Order: sequence, then C-alpha cells, then structure tokens
Amino acid sequence: MNLAVIEPTTSWYLVLAAVLFGIGTVGVMVRRNPLVMFMCIELMLNAVNLSFVALSASLSDINGQTAVFFVLVVAAAEVVVGLGIIVSIMRRRSDATADDLSVLKG
Amino acid sequence: MVLVGAVGVITRNNPVHAALSLVLTLFGIAVLFVANNAHFLAAVQVIVYAGAIVVLFLFVIMLLGVDQAEDLSTEPLTAQRPLALVVGIGVAGVIIAAIVKSQDALLVRGTGINSATPEDADANIRQLSRSIFSDYVFAFEVTSVLLLIAVVGTVVMSRRQRGQHVEESA
Repeated sequence: MNLAVIEPTTSWYLVLAAVLFGIGTVGVMVRRNPLVMFMCIELMLNAVNLSFVALSASLSDINGQTAVFFVLVVAAAEVVVGLGIIVSIMRRRSDATADDLSVLKG
Repeated sequence: MVLVGAVGVITRNNPVHAALSLVLTLFGIAVLFVANNAHFLAAVQVIVYAGAIVVLFLFVIMLLGVDQAEDLSTEPLTAQRPLALVVGIGVAGVIIAAIVKSQDALLVRGTGINSATPEDADANIRQLSRSIFSDYVFAFEVTSVLLLIAVVGTVVMSRRQRGQHVEESA
C-alpha cells in the first residue's frame, strides 16, 4: 500500500474547499454565539484561500497567491473590528446571542 | 484533518473547543498550502491565523467570560437547522458541480510559478513580492489604509467615555 499513489489533484483541493465553505455556511446559519459565527466566517474565507492557492499552483500563476495575501489582511482587519463590536455589545449586556441583537440601538 | 476541525467548529458547544478546532483546520490548510508550493503563505497562515486571530478569539472568550457551554440541544426556530443543512449542502453541491463541469479549464497554463528548491529557497517569496510590489502596489497601499481604519475604528469604539464606566459597572 503506497500512499504516494493517491496524488491529490487540483479538483480534489477545490472539492475540499467547497465542502469547507459549505460547513462554514451551515455554521453561520445554525450557531447562535456571535463568536462562533465569526469562526465560521473564518472557515469560509479559508476555503476561498485554499481554492485560490490550489488554482494558483495548477495554473502556474503567482497572482492567485497575491490575492490570498490580500484576503488574509482583510480577514485580520475584519476580525479586529468584529471582535471590537462584540466586546462593546457584551459589555452592556452579558450572555447575548445573535437573536437578542435585533435592535441596533444599544 | 481539515474537515474534522471544521465540523468541530460548528458542533462543539463550548466556544473554547470551537476555537481549538479552528486551529486544527487552519494548520491543515497551511499544510495544504505547502503542498501547493505556497511556502510563504503557509508561514503567514500559521503566524497570522493560528497565531494572532485564534489567540484574539480566545482572548475575547476569556475576557467576556462566555466560555460556558452553549446548549445546542434546543433550537428556537424549528425549521432552521434542517434548512441550514439543505442550503449548506446545496452550496457545496453547486460549487462541486461547477468544478466537475469545468475541469477542462484547469488545463490552462499561466505565466509560470517558481517554487522553492534547495538551491533557491526563497524563490516563492521573491516572486510573490515582485507581484505585490509591482502589479498590485496600489492595492497594497489601500490595504494599509484599511488596516489603519480598522485600528482607529476599534480604538474609538472600545474606548469608554469619561465618567461612563460608573454607570456601566452598575
């Protein structure tokens, strides 16, 4: 049994990224905790990054990796802002789920 | 490993466990980056995601003290969970169908990519930086402005106004 026989192709990576994206979508819709919803958004971003890198390797084009670089930066900025919002919400009322936040006025 | 971590993120009812599952997924993706000759991005993935972002998540979890387990057995909206499953599987299915359908397009070759070799260990970084700082230098500058806006916005948002903390702690 030689594991090297199973050479993962580009389609394999893309299918994996699609499944990962689907899991992230389900997570955003199912979970109530805003922190966990953020983690699921990170999952979806990573799925996109994975398909970018796989296609970049398969098409021999470095621009895919450049796009991943920018996605990483934007994801970091988004997490900082999102966690800031969550912290300022949680400071007013503890134990908040996404359902309780139907009003924007704190 | 990637999928186990991803399923863990959405099924663990303790947010700390979900964050640790996220680390598993991110490391798995970093390994797949290496397998695809993106060595620099793999390093950045480990440092930024598994290092900074997950630590930030854990920090907020600890800061807010929301690390008690969330009860997942009750579902306020009865139709939501099956509906979400259907939509998620649908999204993944549509993407996979598109991949299978367009497999011929994967045979196109681009301008060439330099992977790291023992003789030239930083070829990937050099090529990536040449792309960022020549073709996409404007996008790079805009990204730095975005980061600045994020930092300033977060500071303004999380700063308490003077004298406000007395009534907030009540």
